[in-house]
Amino acid sequence: MPILTRAYIKTSFIYLALALTLGLWLAAGSLLPSPPGLLPVYFHLFLVGWVTQLIIGIGLWMFPKFSREQPRGNERLAWAVFVLLNAGLVLRAIAEPIHATEPAPFWGSLLALSALLQWLGGLGFVALAWPRIKER
Amino acid sequence: MPRLSVWAIRLALLYLLFGFTFGALMLAGKGLALWPWAWAFFPAHMEFLLIGWMVQFAFGMAYWILPRYAGGSRGQSAWALAAVIALNLGVLLVGLQVPFQWPSFTLLAGRILETLAVALFAAYAWGRVRPTYPPTGSK
Repeated sequence: MPILTRAYIKTSFIYLALALTLGLWLAAGSLLPSPPGLLPVYFHLFLVGWVTQLIIGIGLWMFPKFSREQPRGNERLAWAVFVLLNAGLVLRAIAEPIHATEPAPFWGSLLALSALLQWLGGLGFVALAWPRIKER
Repeated sequence: MPRLSVWAIRLALLYLLFGFTFGALMLAGKGLALWPWAWAFFPAHMEFLLIGWMVQFAFGMAYWILPRYAGGSRGQSAWALAAVIALNLGVLLVGLQVPFQWPSFTLLAGRILETLAVALFAAYAWGRVRPTYPPTGSK
């Protein structure tokens, strides 16, 4: 299993643990009140951080080879996707509850930046995967 | 990779792209207090990513990698093709009903198509979920 795939899969497990922990916090709202804006963070840690990242990691490993010289296509782009998705998601997880509690231009701008980073990550993965989805 | 998997996975990638785009517009709009119209695409964001991307990707991969029948056959592929078609029609009807203000029965029709798609694919794939012969990796 390539190091790229291991990085995606292990990171996805961390998000799974984080998402479930947030889920616990949300469920224990009457004992330990949670800030507003945490529910969308919970969903996205689960669905982007865990599910989508697990799919990407396994896809990059299992899809038909791009070429003999570059079996997984442009590996730099694959690492860039990893950084963009994770930076965007972490930024969102920090900025969204703060912005929902006390809206401020700084935190709003970070939220917009997190959207851009994740979108670029998604775009990068589609560009990376598309040529490998082919008939043999 | 068989042609049906190519179609399903490429469609899944398109849903990923559009779903991420709607999500990015909503999230950036939330931060910058812009683009309130983007929230009309909230149902599309959820439907495209949960069903169009994740479920369809699973269909495409399963059709490709599940154990095949004797002679390398993938079985009743028409069922799998029908499932992919029904899933895509369902996702589009459910996801785009709100932004395009289609009549509310399109939401129900879309959900029926999605359910039918999953039932068809489960019936198709059921027989392929089995031990491989000869068993690999076991003593």
